[in-house]
Amino acid sequence: MVSETFIKPSAADKRVAKLQELLAQVSGSRGDSRIAPTVAESQSRARAILSELAIPSTKDEEWRFTDLSSLLDINFQLAGPAAVDVFALADSELDETANSRLVFVNGIYVPELSSVAGLPAGVQVGNLSAGNFPEIASYLAQQQGGQEVFTALNTAGLADAAVVWVPANTIIETPIHLVFLTAAGATPVWSQPRALVVAQRGSACTIIEEYAAARGTWCAQEASNCYLTNAVTEIWLAENAQVKHDRIQREATNAFHISKTAVSQAKDSRYTCTAVTSGAKLSRHNLEIFQAGEGTETVLNGLAGISNSQVADAHTAVILNHPHGIVRQLHKCIADGNAHAVFNGKIFVAKAAQLTDASQLNRNLLLSRKAKVDTKPQLEIIADNVKCSHGATVSQLEPQEMFYLQSRGLDPATSRNLLIDGFAGEILAQLSIPALGAKLSRCIACRTDN
Amino acid sequence: MIIDNSEVILSVRDLTAEIDGNQILKGLTLEIKAGEIHAIMGPNGSGKSTFSKILAGHPAYTVTGGEVIFKGKNLLELEPEERAREGVFLAFQYPVEIPGVSNTDFLRASCNARRKHHGLPELDAFDFEDLIQEKLQIVQMDPSFLSRSVNQGFSGGEKKRNEILQMAILEPKLGILDETDSGLDIDALKIVANGVNQLSNAENAMLVITHYQRLLNYIVPDFIHVMEGGRILTSGTKELALELEARGYDWVKEELAVGV
Repeated sequence: MVSETFIKPSAADKRVAKLQELLAQVSGSRGDSRIAPTVAESQSRARAILSELAIPSTKDEEWRFTDLSSLLDINFQLAGPAAVDVFALADSELDETANSRLVFVNGIYVPELSSVAGLPAGVQVGNLSAGNFPEIASYLAQQQGGQEVFTALNTAGLADAAVVWVPANTIIETPIHLVFLTAAGATPVWSQPRALVVAQRGSACTIIEEYAAARGTWCAQEASNCYLTNAVTEIWLAENAQVKHDRIQREATNAFHISKTAVSQAKDSRYTCTAVTSGAKLSRHNLEIFQAGEGTETVLNGLAGISNSQVADAHTAVILNHPHGIVRQLHKCIADGNAHAVFNGKIFVAKAAQLTDASQLNRNLLLSRKAKVDTKPQLEIIADNVKCSHGATVSQLEPQEMFYLQSRGLDPATSRNLLIDGFAGEILAQLSIPALGAKLSRCIACRTDN
Repeated sequence: MIIDNSEVILSVRDLTAEIDGNQILKGLTLEIKAGEIHAIMGPNGSGKSTFSKILAGHPAYTVTGGEVIFKGKNLLELEPEERAREGVFLAFQYPVEIPGVSNTDFLRASCNARRKHHGLPELDAFDFEDLIQEKLQIVQMDPSFLSRSVNQGFSGGEKKRNEILQMAILEPKLGILDETDSGLDIDALKIVANGVNQLSNAENAMLVITHYQRLLNYIVPDFIHVMEGGRILTSGTKELALELEARGYDWVKEELAVGV
């Protein structure tokens, strides 16, 4: 008992100290003075909150399955501007977004790699510190849930952001690609990418948000330098707006990736998220949807394809507070090696959210004896006239399916890959650019190749 | 069709096999030559389906004795995929649904695996499209099935037609139909049987496993074998099926018991 009382406060102190150390690093960098007034209030609020928080432990209900202890011993330094060249983009380059792309390296905007020449007039896409976004104060750092520790940390250090501003009734066909790269050095670095998407009334756009290592190739299995990404993306859909959001997390194999996507949906809006996770040693994505009017539609597709000792944690929450909401969620995990996948999916149906139609399914494919999944589908329903379903499955490759494919002349490796591909394909087919789905498909095949 | 001196495609001698310690096959002997259609009939649990799965190489069964020679090769030494490429095809009683894998991708991968094995160039998407359009006619299948996931959401009849379509593409030397007729309505049965008849030729052989005589009105066998207790009890020509239908399987057992 003596040793326990000794160790516990020490571990807790370490968590507090780590957070304060990270906070101190970003408190020095005030960023561009032009953005300071609009976010100053949010920043000081975030700093005040953080003074009472710590890096979460597995005793926190929200972090039960994902242990951040390994973060505590790494001396992360805030990443500065990196020398970048045309090769920095590496495999993130997509023909479809050559002229509708914003690139940030270490959280810092890189105009040389960015181009928005392909977007229609009136659409404002750029970095916050350089652009002119007069109404931004109503949106930036204004989403609910901002008091969560990592979100607050990002806000506290907010220096720049990728901003997509779509005026009313404007339909953008070309996908907008937001690329957040980290150029890791010899010592561990960290950065805090930030994005804001505002889709005004009746507008429509497609956002591809991607996280990777600078010069990182798809399927990179080699050991890489350690870094931490703490990203926050806020998305606002006004009445009848539509946003299709593809989110690709393929950080380097030694990276930590912690992120938040907060979405607010006004009446009759439609939000579709397809989130694919293949990278990072440890990743956590919090996806939060707030229904701000009736008749909203929310489609959440998720896929994690992980191996070795990767941990991929997806926490999603849909908070419904108005009638006639529709939620369709399918989250899939493929885990090989010692990998550990976590899914926690909450759907809150408040009293006012009558006639909600919600379905949630989590399907997991375990490819090895040591792979592990923790799944927690969670529906909380207070309204009395709703249609809601949820479920979770965990399976291995079916011997019957393997035999069927082999009996048609396919060798075991091809059969296995075809089945994994099929499992992943249901989600990858939802991505807005087929070439991106094909790249990710190869990436997952490579990760799970025995 | 029975052809004098034609090639022996399959020769099974005293085959014994078990699953989970239970012996299912107890000394099965059978010879099939090119051009022939054989039918194996028998009551439930007689080992018919087990035999078909063992020929295809199902890993759950253990062969404990006897031999299976396919076109002069020891079939039992080959992996399931090697058997398929050599020309053994099993049309499953319960075809497996594979979500997310498109029927076309699956069929092309399968077709190319066989072509590669035989030293033929692999077909690209366009050439394969031409091939498949031609083969679809054999089972009167709607092209829309090609873009759907393998067997997913297919009706019983559609699944069986898909099996015959695969057989048409793989052009096996030995086509084994495991209770392909079970649960099929008459229209689907006719389409499936007609497909098999179109694919049957002087170079290959068919082994039709069925519980019911009805199928044999549409696929007329050259030989009928009656299986019971993991063995072939008696063999005969197509008239045997009618007698079985009229008198039941017990009759064969009794006849044989007398004979022994």
